[in-house]
Amino acid sequence: MTFLETRELGKAYGQAQILKDISLSVERGDVLALIGPTGSGKTTLLRLINLLDEPSEGSVIFDGVNITALPEKEKIRARRRMAMVFQKPVMFKGSVRENISFGLNVRKMGDPRKVDESLRAVGLDSFGSRIASTLSGGEMQRTALARALVLEPELLLLDEPTANLDPKSAASIDRLIHDLSRKTTVIMATHNMQQCHRLADRVAVIREGRLTGLGRPEEVLAAVMKQDESFSLPSVTW
Amino acid sequence: MEEIWNGLLKAVELIARLDPVVVEITARSLFISLTSAFLAALICIPLGGFIEFRSFWGKRAIVNLIQTLYGLPTVTVGLLVFLLISRSGPLGGLHLLFSPAGMIIGQTILVSPVMTGLTISALAGVSPQIKETAKSLGASEAQVILTVIKEARPAVMAAVLLGFGRALSEVGVAMMVGGNIQGYTRVLTTAIALNTSMGDLELSMALGIILITLSLAINLVLGKVQGW
Repeated sequence: MTFLETRELGKAYGQAQILKDISLSVERGDVLALIGPTGSGKTTLLRLINLLDEPSEGSVIFDGVNITALPEKEKIRARRRMAMVFQKPVMFKGSVRENISFGLNVRKMGDPRKVDESLRAVGLDSFGSRIASTLSGGEMQRTALARALVLEPELLLLDEPTANLDPKSAASIDRLIHDLSRKTTVIMATHNMQQCHRLADRVAVIREGRLTGLGRPEEVLAAVMKQDESFSLPSVTW
Repeated sequence: MEEIWNGLLKAVELIARLDPVVVEITARSLFISLTSAFLAALICIPLGGFIEFRSFWGKRAIVNLIQTLYGLPTVTVGLLVFLLISRSGPLGGLHLLFSPAGMIIGQTILVSPVMTGLTISALAGVSPQIKETAKSLGASEAQVILTVIKEARPAVMAAVLLGFGRALSEVGVAMMVGGNIQGYTRVLTTAIALNTSMGDLELSMALGIILITLSLAINLVLGKVQGW
């Protein structure tokens, strides 16, 4: 059974159609990269999958269940099998450790060892007692990632996970995502073609709210380069 | 001028030797105002949360009405509560008129609009991303609301402190509903009003100094809380 599927998914805000007819599927343990220019609808797609927004049309099938049609209580249950990291993460008041424990606490599953493991995984071992609001952008991004990883989600949604990071931190996050694959299904919005090439099993291209390409990274990226002459792999970003 | 200066010295002496009348009136004022602020907080924080987090018809009008009532004259609330709890009023059978319980009811009503309105503003000031992050990490609706309240804690605390300050310094409700009965319902503000009219300036000034000191203390705590 396909792990996650979107069927003719669409989102409109008034007259503005942000997404239209998005039909794609992800197998368990795969990494799917969503690429496309800024404002193409990648974040909206992640938000619809995470049930943060209601679709205007279509549905999201998660592990065989149409989760968009579920009552709110059931939606929370579905959402607790996922975790999303936003492009510009916000920190709750309190320490880094308290931030990372948040998702565990709402599930009443507080476990200090898991928090320690997550801190180690993102290279923030010694940051547990720091006040989260005093972190740099990159440290916040890594904390947000740890906050999601500690939940051991079946589906991890990442919105530009390395956009605010220096090259060294970005490389460590890339390694982390690489290690996660096979254990966790990852859907990652990115501008970074090289990251796409390195990490993704499949790539979906979204332009102006429509799915214009879907396939293996080398095929899709080659097609993108053919369509857009200004694009080449060494230029790294869209 | 000499009379004021002598009065001031006498007032300081009354405070310094913990004059029983001064202590009793101050303790009663604090008890009534703190209880009113506590009860109002129990009502207004959830009510503010409900108004902020729910979408319903007329919400904007209700928020406007609450904000309009910030400046509700204390004598109007005093009159309203008087009519409610006087012998011939709907709650007359409870015998609350000229009692501390009646004053608490009046002050709770008086501070409720400002506490509710400021709670709504405090919660609205929390970034929508906090709600979304909590939701995306699996929080239920109730847990999202609790998270937002926790994030807005300094501003909500400020709303409660402002409510307490308003209750402590009001005179209309205390006078009309409490009746300024010595040893029973006499509080700082009503005692100042009475003693000034009777010419006992020393006691009035002593109580005035205490009221100003308490207001200053509230402001200091407020500043500290807002800096959190």
